[in-house]
Amino acid sequence: MMIDWFTLIAQLVNFLILAWLLKHFLYHPIVTALDGREKKIASELQHATDVETAAKKSMAEWKQKNDEFEKQRTATMQQVAKEADDKKAELLIDARKEYENLRTSLEKSLYNEQKNLQQEIIGRITTEVFSIAEKVLSELADVSLEDRVVKVFCERLRKIEKADITEMTGLLSQSSHPPIIRSVLTLTPENCERVKKTVMEVFRIDSDIVFETDADLISGIELSMNGHSISWNIKAYLDELNVMAETALDRDKKEGEHDNEKNDAQSHP
Amino acid sequence: MHLTSDEVVVWHYGFLKLNLTILTTWALMIVLVGGSALMTRKLSDGIHISRWQSFLEILVTFFLQQFEEVGLRDPARYLPYLATLFLFIAMANLCTVIPGYEPPTGSLSTTAALALSVFVAVPLYGISEQGFVKYLQSYLKPTVLMLPFNIISDFSRTLALAVRLFGNMMSGAMILAILLTISPLVFPVLMSILGLLTGMVQAYIFCILATVYIAAATRTRSEETV
Repeated sequence: MMIDWFTLIAQLVNFLILAWLLKHFLYHPIVTALDGREKKIASELQHATDVETAAKKSMAEWKQKNDEFEKQRTATMQQVAKEADDKKAELLIDARKEYENLRTSLEKSLYNEQKNLQQEIIGRITTEVFSIAEKVLSELADVSLEDRVVKVFCERLRKIEKADITEMTGLLSQSSHPPIIRSVLTLTPENCERVKKTVMEVFRIDSDIVFETDADLISGIELSMNGHSISWNIKAYLDELNVMAETALDRDKKEGEHDNEKNDAQSHP
Repeated sequence: MHLTSDEVVVWHYGFLKLNLTILTTWALMIVLVGGSALMTRKLSDGIHISRWQSFLEILVTFFLQQFEEVGLRDPARYLPYLATLFLFIAMANLCTVIPGYEPPTGSLSTTAALALSVFVAVPLYGISEQGFVKYLQSYLKPTVLMLPFNIISDFSRTLALAVRLFGNMMSGAMILAILLTISPLVFPVLMSILGLLTGMVQAYIFCILATVYIAAATRTRSEETV
């Protein structure tokens, strides 16, 4: 078997031509397409990485903003809560003050009302007592209350201690006004003379004495010398009775509390 | 009966002649180039690609991987030469299923031409990679005494390449022709299928051996750079 040299050369040339043609039509386009895809994929991967980085950055920014907003919200809420508390405290103080004022005014009003009521009751009682006494004295002893009051007043004047008499005489000598005798009703001339005589005897004066009427005295007589006065009337009598009653009530109250404490001590040894 | 297609001369003028081997080679060239041109005319570098493009990309990627595994550092550079060797021989051998077809690789002239191309390509790639002096020095390694053996080795392997391919393909065609005369039709079909396998194996062996020779010729410099 022999080699055909022409065929050998022709096949060699054919092969080289084929290699060149395939390089041009096959390998180069395919390799280019592969490289292109590889670059494209790399580019897309890079793009994806960039997008991911940007997304992470955005997320971090968003998170930071969210945190800031949360902090701001918390701070605002705290501030609002503090302001609300302050306002509440302020309103409470105002309300308390208003309550205190109202309570005080109410207490004052109640006190005044009580006082007025008490005055009214005292007045009525005095009037009633006065009328009863007047009636009793006139019906049973055939004596008027005025006469009796004048008599008692005169007895009291005579029982005044010497020091008081000296003091009142001193006051009278310093004043230009004469002594004043006040009564609820105008005294009868006999009673006026009796009182005048007693005053002049007790205080050893010979000046005129002025007689006046005063509805506030209820029933009684008052001697006024330069602002200093000696009196006896139903009102003073009732005041004394009132003081005595209050003292008795306080004593009863204290005894009751003492008994309660004793009972408590016995029940809890 | 003729042993090779060289003997079937269609036209000749003095030294010039047109035989069946050359004609068949031209036909194969037209098929290969035409098919490649058709398949690569609408290539896309996107993610969605055609089946043909996918097939060609798998083929080219396979070549590149094989060449790299054998030892070539820059396989894309040697792709046109080595892949064409494989494609031409494989295509020539695969077409034996066509009745009346005679593979050009069954001609010693063709296999010798291919072997000669390897014989020339190895030093060319070696010199371009290492330089003329260094390449020649590689013949003196490991000792000067190895020079004649290296030269003989170059010639003998070229001869081996040519004869191995020719012998396999020619014998396959001859056996098939003989079997057709003495045995039923089924047996030659089986032999023809076996011949396809043999043809693919031979194409692979030829291509890989050429790759190994080129890798050996270019290895020194690559190893130095490593």
